[in-house]
Amino acid sequence: MELIQYLPQVLSGWNLTILIAGTVVGLLLGATPGLSPTMAVALLIPFTFQMDATSGLILLGVLYTATVAGGAVSAILVNIPGAPANIATMLDGHPMARNGRATEALHYCFISSGVGGVIGVLVLIFFTPLLAGFALRFGPSELFWIAILGITVIGSLGSTSVLKGLLAGAVGVWISLIGFNPVAGTERFVFTEHLQGGVTIIPALIGLFAIPQVFQMVEESRRGRGKEAFGMEQRLVWTSVVYNLSKVRALSIGSIVGTLVGLIPGAGGQIAGLIAYDQNKKFSKNPEAFGKGEPEGVITSESANNSMVGASLVPMLSLGIPGSPTAAVLLGGLLIQGLFPGPDLFTQHASIAWTFMGALLVSQVLMVVFGLYISRFSKYVIRIPKHHMAAAVAVLAVFGTYSVQNSVSDVMIMMTMGCAMYFAMRFGFGPGPVVLGIILGPIAETNFLQGQMLGQAMDGTFQYFFTGGINIFLVALCVLSIGYSIVAEFKVRSRQRGQSSGRTVEVKS
Amino acid sequence: MNNKRQLLNTPLLAGMVAGTLAVASGAAWAAEDYPNNPINVIVSYSAGGATDFQARIATSKAEEYLGEPMVIVNRPGAGGQVGWNYLVQNGRDEGYDIAAYNVPHFIAQSQMYDTHYNLDNLEPIANWGVDPAVLIVGRDSPFDTIDDLVEYARENPGRVTVSGAGLFVGHHIATLQLENEAGIELRYVPTSGGVDALRFVQGGQVMAGFNNLSDAYRSQDRLKILGIADLERDEDFLPDVPTFQEAGYDIDDSSVNFRGLMTRSGVSEEILEKLSEGAVEMFNDEEVQAQLKDGGSPMRVMGREELREMWQERHDYLEELFAGLDPEELEEAAED
Repeated sequence: MELIQYLPQVLSGWNLTILIAGTVVGLLLGATPGLSPTMAVALLIPFTFQMDATSGLILLGVLYTATVAGGAVSAILVNIPGAPANIATMLDGHPMARNGRATEALHYCFISSGVGGVIGVLVLIFFTPLLAGFALRFGPSELFWIAILGITVIGSLGSTSVLKGLLAGAVGVWISLIGFNPVAGTERFVFTEHLQGGVTIIPALIGLFAIPQVFQMVEESRRGRGKEAFGMEQRLVWTSVVYNLSKVRALSIGSIVGTLVGLIPGAGGQIAGLIAYDQNKKFSKNPEAFGKGEPEGVITSESANNSMVGASLVPMLSLGIPGSPTAAVLLGGLLIQGLFPGPDLFTQHASIAWTFMGALLVSQVLMVVFGLYISRFSKYVIRIPKHHMAAAVAVLAVFGTYSVQNSVSDVMIMMTMGCAMYFAMRFGFGPGPVVLGIILGPIAETNFLQGQMLGQAMDGTFQYFFTGGINIFLVALCVLSIGYSIVAEFKVRSRQRGQSSGRTVEVKS
Repeated sequence: MNNKRQLLNTPLLAGMVAGTLAVASGAAWAAEDYPNNPINVIVSYSAGGATDFQARIATSKAEEYLGEPMVIVNRPGAGGQVGWNYLVQNGRDEGYDIAAYNVPHFIAQSQMYDTHYNLDNLEPIANWGVDPAVLIVGRDSPFDTIDDLVEYARENPGRVTVSGAGLFVGHHIATLQLENEAGIELRYVPTSGGVDALRFVQGGQVMAGFNNLSDAYRSQDRLKILGIADLERDEDFLPDVPTFQEAGYDIDDSSVNFRGLMTRSGVSEEILEKLSEGAVEMFNDEEVQAQLKDGGSPMRVMGREELREMWQERHDYLEELFAGLDPEELEEAAED
């Protein structure tokens, strides 16, 4: 087993220093709204120019691991996801924090991240040759159906009704159409120069989540409730570990979905958490608890997010085809070092490849340790008075948005969307479906157009999309998912008719 | 303020002379001093892509050769149009705003779309890399030569699918050239980047593809490389792969992807000269060359004069190529 042979190298002085520093920096960067894992890795690639190949790769790998986990911190404490992947974590993580269970939520987040992360890396280590071929079988038709499957999740995502969720999702898909289409080559809905580059995901994410949050905090502090922070219970790490590991279903759904989504190039790891969250909710005995502070919600989505990390490197290391946007940036870092992905990487550069994978495994452990450690300081974040917090978040929102592309247009887009969302939330619309629409719209559209072109060259568009084992399987999943949502909605309606009171608003942060 | 006081305190004529001198020497100073600030390099593609990572390596020694560092600013969107539009619309003409270019992409875009940039408001600085398009098929494909593919396409018009990195990039132009030259009909499927296009070929989603030599070279064990759309074989990377001309198809090097630096027009000749000389030396640096070669990107360093000629040549050729295309087909390509 090569891994054990190279483990001492991972734990040698310099590499261990990089691992620890990378973990801490990664957790902090990840927790900053707007600094997505992709951004963080891209930012630090120039630093690896000066390092030797092994250390450089270790730094990028550990950053990828830690930023993905760190994004959950702001999701839970401030109700603003650090990256698109953390939206699902927020749905139950923040309600938990409001109920005084912030530390507990953070514990679950890091423990589940660790479990998922280790599973993802083990898949990377043991199943790469087996799964690389599988990843390649996903062409435009399969990716189109995956995007549709993601869209069926929208209805159940934190709006007051399925209909409102779908409406918000449709608006998200429409927003994603703005700009230039790479397949069709046409410009759409570009009324001003500012929209020429389209609405990218980070400005949208920050605008939709952070800005309404800022307004709400200002509102609350004006009403004299600014200092009225929610309480915080003490929680022993050990109790959390035991509870967390007993949730086998949530952990396994999360890890399996995360691994699968990570493996498939072009699906975008960002939706792993949401799909896993939705699946677990559907399997759960009391789905009503989700969205109100159900620990299982945090556990599934975080294990999914982090198992995606290792899995997204499977096609990247073996075929040079990244499984997620961050893996794509990592590929650049690999090439700069003169390392070409492919079978040669594991033979000619075996030392580097195995040290890298060993480091990924160690970084999971370090991420859990440091994550649990910083959970203890979350009480200070929660005690920050609302008006200070609002100012800090507003500054970070503008800074984070601007820094992605150094674009003032993005800041304007972010502010506009944020203000619109603030009012839309008063009518029971949630920001989650809109963001999901923005993420999935282009995947569905691009793959549909490409599939149509391929279908026309073959036996027709319809045959292309509806034949083949994976296609049929995915179509069946979509039908099941929609069917379930309809049945669940009817159940809720009939129960409501029994009670006279209106429904409670779930998304009210 | 200073000039004003001078005018008041000294005879008018002397003041005017002094003023004129000050202005003239001021302009000369600006060029002489240049650069005294970091230089922004706009990369119109996202961080981590081939253009981005090559630009980062190529400009990494700017401080040594120009005296100031070059800072990469990513402005992705609309296939590169966002970044290049930004350069000509918002860039200053003092030589601190420059951009990485991709030929033929930006030239073709300026002809096919309503862009703010064109050959007249851009100035070349220096070229670092050259990446010819190669025709690839999957490992298990029945096609072993260009002729195999052409013959099949003749018998099955419109059924051969060819992937490439987007609309009106080198890969698309090579496809159009092959269609014209062989008299066949192919179906070009644009993807959002070279890696995606490569994935389509490897996964068997398309029957063939045009891709970057550098990317295809790295994936040789999973591909067959049938031909190279350049004037000569690539002796370093792919000595056994024939050019299209050798195989009997008169396809020149118009689809070759050149990468380098440019700026907007209006920058003074002195600054342009300085930038170009510094950049050429920087691209010729042994370490920079070695790093780029390790990354799989063939080098070709060119200065301003040579580049201006190359740009113009490409421009004229593309105009002819697009004019010769069936307008219906072109519309289909742009709207499909």
